[in-house]
Amino acid sequence: MINVLKIVAQRIALGLFTLLVISLFITFGVELLPGDLAESILGQSATPETVKVFRAELGLDKPAHLRYLDWLAGMAMGDMGVSLANKREISELVGLRLGNTLFLGGFAAAIAVPLALLLGVLAALYRNSLYDRAVNIFTLTSISFPEFFVAYILILFFAIKLGWFPGISNVSTELSLGDKLYRTLLPAATLTLVVVAHMMRMTRAAIINVLASPYIEMARLKGIRPAKIILRHALPNALAPIVNVVALNLAYLVVGVVIVEVVFVYPGLGQLLVDSVSKRDVPVVQACSMIFASVYIMLNLSADVISIITNPRLLHPR
Amino acid sequence: MASFFKGFLAAPLSAKFGMLVVFGYAVISLFAPVIAPYGETEILGASYELWSDKYPLGTDNLGRDMLSRLIFGARNTIGIALLITSLAFLLGSITGMIAATVGGWTDQILSRIVDVLMSIPSLIFALLVLSIFGTSMPYLIGVIAILDSTRVFRLARATAMNVAVMDFVEVARLRGERLGWVMFKEILPNITTPLLAEFGLRFCFVFLFISALSFLGLGLQPPMADWGSMVRDNATLITYDDVTPLLPAGAIALLTVAMNFVVDWMLHKSSGLKDVS
Repeated sequence: MINVLKIVAQRIALGLFTLLVISLFITFGVELLPGDLAESILGQSATPETVKVFRAELGLDKPAHLRYLDWLAGMAMGDMGVSLANKREISELVGLRLGNTLFLGGFAAAIAVPLALLLGVLAALYRNSLYDRAVNIFTLTSISFPEFFVAYILILFFAIKLGWFPGISNVSTELSLGDKLYRTLLPAATLTLVVVAHMMRMTRAAIINVLASPYIEMARLKGIRPAKIILRHALPNALAPIVNVVALNLAYLVVGVVIVEVVFVYPGLGQLLVDSVSKRDVPVVQACSMIFASVYIMLNLSADVISIITNPRLLHPR
Repeated sequence: MASFFKGFLAAPLSAKFGMLVVFGYAVISLFAPVIAPYGETEILGASYELWSDKYPLGTDNLGRDMLSRLIFGARNTIGIALLITSLAFLLGSITGMIAATVGGWTDQILSRIVDVLMSIPSLIFALLVLSIFGTSMPYLIGVIAILDSTRVFRLARATAMNVAVMDFVEVARLRGERLGWVMFKEILPNITTPLLAEFGLRFCFVFLFISALSFLGLGLQPPMADWGSMVRDNATLITYDDVTPLLPAGAIALLTVAMNFVVDWMLHKSSGLKDVS
């Protein structure tokens, strides 16, 4: 048990270290610019005075390490500075949108994970059948589709031709939960289609791997039904790799959400990030990337930790 | 040539289809100026004209011929994706082989750097860099190539590790050959097959990645024709039940699907297994 705790602590320390490196990169990336940010954004028409004011606003007149410490302390306390574009508090901009993004991601995950497990188990059960081959082609295809293609196809069919769902997911806080779910169903379906394929393939591979072991052979010789062999005997032992892949795909979801939000004009963090990049609103981009990167790393970390604590071989090392 | 043709005939249906499609794309992008009915940035008529004899696929939001832009888009998007993938391979495989052959601290430092780079979501990383430097082509190409080379590094290092401990490499070292010789003449020829398969996969990934960036309006800049930005610019047509904006997106999807089929078959063949799950 001590060993596992040690491994887990090591992983967490590594994750924190990575976050620290990323925060360093996010702040010092600005330093790589020839000249500085003020000159680059204001352009050639800027007078020395405006450049000076701009620098003071961003804290560019302070030495880099002080600026970094200020920024880090601010991020930790929820004070992320002020947007360049509209002078609003970034924490105010981010707060509501982060909730929306997590809602969309959570919704997509709630559909995708059970669906992927079910399809994966079925594909393992009916291995090399017509169903399995169809599933294989489907997954290969959906892995290679760009997210926006899937999104627009869904819009074309379900929003325009059939008119069942709105093509634009405009959610606000006043809406009831049911209404919110209805409006976010299309973006959530897009994300589901994108991540389900990978998860399903891995589930199938993990189960087939376990099916090759002698104790499954034994169960089969005893005459247990195939469905029961998979659910009672194979699935528990295949759980560790499956949980791992689920967590990794949820991490992928966090990033995939950016493009889907733009397509559906969903008021989430990804949209804010993309808008700010095109406006070169660097403080907002820094704050958003830090949030995205932290969520991503946290999910990857939990994938690691879960796969350690569900793996009996790591629990009792020789 | 003959053996290549024989290999083609022996391939399964999906791989044949994939190779034909990839070949078609290559022809279109090589001979784009000859095939396209109009110029890349020529403004010809009103915006959003319908499909007609004059403009086979209608016109886009600025009145440029959609078909011509699709054809030139193949050239731009595929060309840049190839350039980035090649750069990523150059960087990734050389550093990977260095890490495997030299070992010790060099390996440790390179591997840790790659670990950190890989733990940052690449889209977020690219967006961050683009916001700092602005959307310019050289930075775009450099950033994606570096991000992508981390994956190549992992593969090159892992495969080169297995070769680096073999006797003939040991002999070459004892003979006093230089590092470059050991890397390129002894190790590289033995790891080309996995690297080639990875090239196909990486190309798909880069291709989708650039398209996504262009779709967000942060990739290739106008007036260059590019499939991702073509979808973005004409997306409003979808609300009028018009499939035209889906064509460039479909073109992206078709190429990546075809590429994946080919790579799948290559991996299948090289692993020598009947069931690669």
